[in-house]
Amino acid sequence: MDLSIAALLAQDGITNGAIYALLALAIVLVFTVTRVIWIPSGEFLSYGTLTLAGLQLGKAPGTVGLLVALAIVAGIVEAASSWRRGELARLPWRLLLWVGIPLAIALVLARAAPLHWPFPLQVMLTLAAVTAMGPLQYRIVYQPLADASVLVLLIVSVAVHFVLTGLGLWFFGAEGSRTPAFSDASLQAGAVVFSVQSLLVVLASLLLIGVLYLFFDTTLYGKALRATAVNRIGARLVGISPSFAGTLTFALAALLCAFSGVLIGPITTVYYDSGFLVSLKGFVGAIIGGLVSYPLAAAGALLVGLLESFSSFWASAFKEVIVFTLIIPVLLWRSLAAHHHEEDE
Amino acid sequence: MSGQRAGGAAPILEVGRLCVSYGKVPALRDVTLEVAVGSVVTVIGPNGAGKTTLLAAIAGLLPSRGTLRCFGEPVANSPVEARVQRGLVLVPEKRELFATMSVADNLRLGAFVRRRNGGASAALADVYARFPRLAERRGQLAGTLSGGERQMLALGRALMARPRLLLLDEPSLGLAPVIVREIFDIIASLRASGVAILLVEQNARAALQVADYGYVLETGECVLEGRAAALSDDPRVIASYLGHGKAFQA
Amino acid sequence: MRGTSVAPRVAMTAFVVLLVVIPWIAPPFWVTLGNYIGLYSIVALGLVLLTGVAGQTSFGQAAFVGLGAYTSAWLTTHAAWSPWLTLPAALVLTAAMALALGFITLRMKGHYLPLATIAWGIALYLTFGNLDWLGGHTGMSGIPALSIGGFGLRSERRYYALIWAVALAALWASRNLLDSRPGRALRAMKGGLEMAEAFGVDGARLKTVAFVYAALLACVSGWLYAHLQRFVNPTPFGINQGIEYLFMAVIGGAASVWGAVVGATLITVLKEVLQDVLPALLGRSGNFEIVVFGIVMIVLLQFARDGVWPWLARLAPTRRAGTVPAASPLPSRQADRPRHAALLAVHGVRKTFGGLVAVDDLSFEIRPGEILGLIGPNGAGKSTTFGLISGSLRLSGGEILFRGRSIGSLTPYEIAKLGIARTFQHVRLLGYMSVLDNVALGAYLRGRAGVLRASLRLDRAEEARTRAVAARAIERTGLRTHMFDEAGSLPLGTQRIVEVARALAADPVLLLLDEPAAGLRFLEKKALADLLRGLRSEGMTILLVEHDMEFVMGLTDRLVVMDFGEKLAEGEPDAVRQNPAVLEAYLGGA
Repeated sequence: MDLSIAALLAQDGITNGAIYALLALAIVLVFTVTRVIWIPSGEFLSYGTLTLAGLQLGKAPGTVGLLVALAIVAGIVEAASSWRRGELARLPWRLLLWVGIPLAIALVLARAAPLHWPFPLQVMLTLAAVTAMGPLQYRIVYQPLADASVLVLLIVSVAVHFVLTGLGLWFFGAEGSRTPAFSDASLQAGAVVFSVQSLLVVLASLLLIGVLYLFFDTTLYGKALRATAVNRIGARLVGISPSFAGTLTFALAALLCAFSGVLIGPITTVYYDSGFLVSLKGFVGAIIGGLVSYPLAAAGALLVGLLESFSSFWASAFKEVIVFTLIIPVLLWRSLAAHHHEEDE
Repeated sequence: MSGQRAGGAAPILEVGRLCVSYGKVPALRDVTLEVAVGSVVTVIGPNGAGKTTLLAAIAGLLPSRGTLRCFGEPVANSPVEARVQRGLVLVPEKRELFATMSVADNLRLGAFVRRRNGGASAALADVYARFPRLAERRGQLAGTLSGGERQMLALGRALMARPRLLLLDEPSLGLAPVIVREIFDIIASLRASGVAILLVEQNARAALQVADYGYVLETGECVLEGRAAALSDDPRVIASYLGHGKAFQA
Repeated sequence: MRGTSVAPRVAMTAFVVLLVVIPWIAPPFWVTLGNYIGLYSIVALGLVLLTGVAGQTSFGQAAFVGLGAYTSAWLTTHAAWSPWLTLPAALVLTAAMALALGFITLRMKGHYLPLATIAWGIALYLTFGNLDWLGGHTGMSGIPALSIGGFGLRSERRYYALIWAVALAALWASRNLLDSRPGRALRAMKGGLEMAEAFGVDGARLKTVAFVYAALLACVSGWLYAHLQRFVNPTPFGINQGIEYLFMAVIGGAASVWGAVVGATLITVLKEVLQDVLPALLGRSGNFEIVVFGIVMIVLLQFARDGVWPWLARLAPTRRAGTVPAASPLPSRQADRPRHAALLAVHGVRKTFGGLVAVDDLSFEIRPGEILGLIGPNGAGKSTTFGLISGSLRLSGGEILFRGRSIGSLTPYEIAKLGIARTFQHVRLLGYMSVLDNVALGAYLRGRAGVLRASLRLDRAEEARTRAVAARAIERTGLRTHMFDEAGSLPLGTQRIVEVARALAADPVLLLLDEPAAGLRFLEKKALADLLRGLRSEGMTILLVEHDMEFVMGLTDRLVVMDFGEKLAEGEPDAVRQNPAVLEAYLGGA
C-alpha cells in the first residue's frame, strides 16, 4: 500500500466515520437522558435518505404516509391517556401538537414534492419530516414505559426496530436509492487527492456537532436536558418533566440521524433496511464513549470508520465481521469500568 | 390542630389522613397536618418514622391516598413539575444537585419553571446576596462543593423558583454544628421574607427553636403536636426518640 | 405439583395426546408447522431458562442454532461422518464456543450483556455467510437424512416424532432442573445477585452453566434442522431470528418451561398466518409480519410484562397443597461450639467512599450467645458497617475477625460458607416461589446436587433432605401454616420471618439482621422479638442493626451506638439510654 492509497482509505474512513459519529452522538444523547438504548436509530437514517431521494425524483416520498400513520396512533394514545387522567379539557391543544404538526408537515411534503424545490429547501423539508417522527415514536412507545428498566426498554427498542423496518418497506418499497453528490470536484495537495464531497460531509458533521454543543452549553433548554441526564429526580424537582425532556431529546436525535441520512445518500445506495447495520457501527462508537461521553463516542465512531476502511482493503468480505467482533472487548472494558464506578459510590 | 390558625386565614398546606405505602410496607398512616401562611412548621421524630416519605408524598414523588391541598386547591393528581410551577418546592434529603454542572447552572435551572416570567437574573442576584459563598464559587462544579455548600446550593436552587411553600428535608443532615447554625439562621430569615416552610428534621432541638408549630411522627403516625415552645420541654418527645420503656421485654 | 409447573396434569396429558394424534389426522401442512414449532420450542426453552429465569438477555441464540446445523452439515457432506455421530461433535463445539463467549459476555453487567449478544450473533452469522468452505451465501446441500437401524427418517411425519421426542425430553429435564437446588439458585439470580451470593451461590459459575445449557439446546435444534431440511444456508441464523427467539421467550414468560412452547407456537402460527394473509390484504409481497410482531411485543411490554403464561395459568386452577417427605436432615455445618471469647471482632475499621469517610476507627465485639444492637441516628454509618461485616463492601482500613480469622477481604459468598447468615433491609424473597422453596435456598451450601444430576432427576434423595431442613426452620419460626403459600402474597411481618427462617436453614453460627423491625406493626414486632429471644436461648448469636429504639431496648443484651461514623457509646440498654452524649446525638444540639 502506498501513500496515495492509504490517503484514499483514510479519507473514506474519516468520511464514513463522521457519519457514524452523528449516529453515535444521537445514541449517547438518547441513552443519557431517557435510558433508552435506541436501536431504531438506523431506521431514521434510512428515512432521511429515502425522503430526500423521493423529493429529488419529484415523487411524494413514503414519509408522507409514515407521518400520517404515526400521527394518528399518537393522537389515539394521547386521547386515551388524557381521558384516563381526566384531563380532557387540555386534549384539543395536545392533539394540535401531536397530530396537527405532523399532518401539516406531511401535507407540505406531499405538495412540495412535484415542485422540485431547490436542493437546500428539500434538505430542510427532509430534516423537518424525519425529525417530527422522533417525538412521535417517543410518545407512542417510550413515554408509557418511562419507569421501565433499561433491559425492558432495550427489548422494546428492538421491537420498534422491527416495526419501523417493516413500515419502511411498506412506505418506501424494496428498492434502494442514492442521492446525487453535493460536488464532484476534487483537490490535490502533493501526492494526495481530496474529494470535495468528503470534505463537505466532514465539515457538515462538524458544523452540526458545533451547533449542538452550543445548544447544550448556552441555552436553558440544553442545560435542562443535561440536567435530566445527570439527575432525573433533581430535574423533576426544578420542574423539568421527563416527558418534556424525552420529547426534546428524541427530536434532536432524529435530527442527527436524518442529517446523517442526507450525508450518506451520495456515498452508498440506501435501502429500507440499510440503516440497521450503519446504526450498529454508530453503537460501537457510542459504547467506546461508555454511552456517556460525547467526545469519546465521536472519536470511537471515527475509529470504526477508519478500521472498516482499512479492513476492506485487506479482507473485504470480513470487514463487517471484524467490526462486530471488536465491539465485544470494548463492551467488556466499558462494563467493567462502569461496575468499578458503582462499587465506589 | 387549629392551634396554628391566627386570624382565620386559610392554611397554605392541608394534609388530611395521608397514607403512603411502598408496595406492602405502610410508611405513613393517617397523617394530618397543616401549615399556616408565613409560618415554619416542623415535623420531627426518630429515624424510620416516615418524615422523608411525608415530604416526598407532598411534593408528588410518591403516590398517596388521602387529601392534599396546597394554596387552597387539591394537588393530589398533579405531577411533581406542576406542583413546582404553583410554588411548592422540595429540597430533598439527598439534595439531588446536578453534580457535573456549575453552581451558576444549577441555580439557573432552579428558575426553569419561571422561564416565561423573566426575572431569573434578579432572582440569581438575590440568591448570591443571601449565600455569598455560592457567589464566590459560581463557576465551580456542584459535585466538588463541601457538604454545607451543597446544602446552600440546594436551598438557593429552590429559592430561584420563588416558592410560596418550601419543603425542607433534614437540612442539617451530615453537617457540622457551625454550619447547622448558619442554615437555621437562613431558615429564620426566609420566614421573615414571607415564605412558608415545612421543615422535617431529626435534630429536634434546633428545629423546635426555629419553628412556630411542630408535629412528632413515630413509625408512620402522628403521635404528638403543639406549639414549638411547648414541645421542646415535653418529655414525651425524648421518649419518642429513645424508647418509652419496656414494651418488648420478655 | 410444586415448583414451576402450575397447569394440572390434565392439560398436559391433553397436550401430549394432541401431539401424538396430529400427524395421523391433520393435513401435512400442520405436520410441517408442528416440526417448526418443536424446533423453535427447544431453542426458546433454553432462553426461558437463561433470560426468563436467570435474567441474562440473549439475542444471539440463532447463532448457536447455526453452529449446530453447520457442524453437522459439513461433517456429513465433506467428511462423510454418520449423521448421529455429528451430534456429539456439534455439542462439544458449541459448548466450547459458549464457554468462550460466556466467559467474556457474562462478566458484563446490565445492558451491556444483550448488546454483546447482538454483536456476536451478527458476527457469527456473517462468518457463516462469508466462508467459502461453508458454502458462502448459498450454503450446503445434500445433507443425508437420519435413520435408526434401517428405518429412514425421511418423511416429515417420522421426523415429527423425533423432534417432539427431543422437545419433550428437553422440557422434562428443564423442569427437573428448575425444581431443584441449582434451579432455586438460578431463580435467585434474577432477584438479586447479592441475595443469592449471601447464601453461597456462585453467581458467575451458575450464569455460565445456564448460558451453556441454552447454547446446547440451540445446537440440538440446529442439528435436527439440518437433517430435516437436508440443506443449510445462513439465512435462518441471523439476528432477526435471534430477536424472534427472544420474543418467544418473553411472550411465554419466565414462570414455566411450558411458556417456551406457548411462545414458539404463537409466533410460528402468527408468522404463517400473516405471511399468507398480509400480502393478499396489502396487495404487496414482503416481510410485513415483523411489523405485527413488533407491535405485539410493544403492547405486551406495556401491558403484560410477565408474558402470556400467567394469564393462561389462571385459567387452570393451581393446587397449593403439598407434603414434605419425612427425611433426615442434612449434616450440620457447625463442627464445634465457638471457643473464642469474641465470636466477631471489629478492630479499628474504616471505610471511605471517595473523599467521604463513612466509618472511622470503629471497634467492638460480639460475644457468643448474645444479641448485640448496632444503633445510631441517620447517616451514622450503621448500614455501611453492616455491609462491611457481611462482605458486600470492602474495608478501607482495620480488620474484622470471625472466630479469630480475618474476613475483611472475603466476598459474601465466602462469608456465607463460614457460618454467617443474614437478612435484608428490603425483603428479598422470590415472590412466586413457595415459602418452603424460599427457605430451602438458605440450605444451598449444605447440599451438592449439580445441574446434571438435577436435570436427570438423580437428586431426589438430597432434595428430600433439604426440604426437611427447610420445613424444620419453618416450624421453628412458627410459619407452618404458610409453608406452601406464595412468598409474595404474605404480609410484610411474615415475610421478614421467612427471611429469618431462610437464614436459619443455612445452619449459621452468627445471624446478621438488617432493620428487621422496619415497617412492622406492634404485634408483628412482638412476634419477631420473641423469636429472636428463643433463638438466643438455643445458643444463636445475633447482630441487629436497627432504627427502632423501642424494639432494640427490650431485646438486646448490649448496644453499640454510632454517630458520624464513629463509636459513640457502648453498654447495656438502660445505661446507653441515659447517656447524655447519646441523647444529644439523637435529639440534636442546641
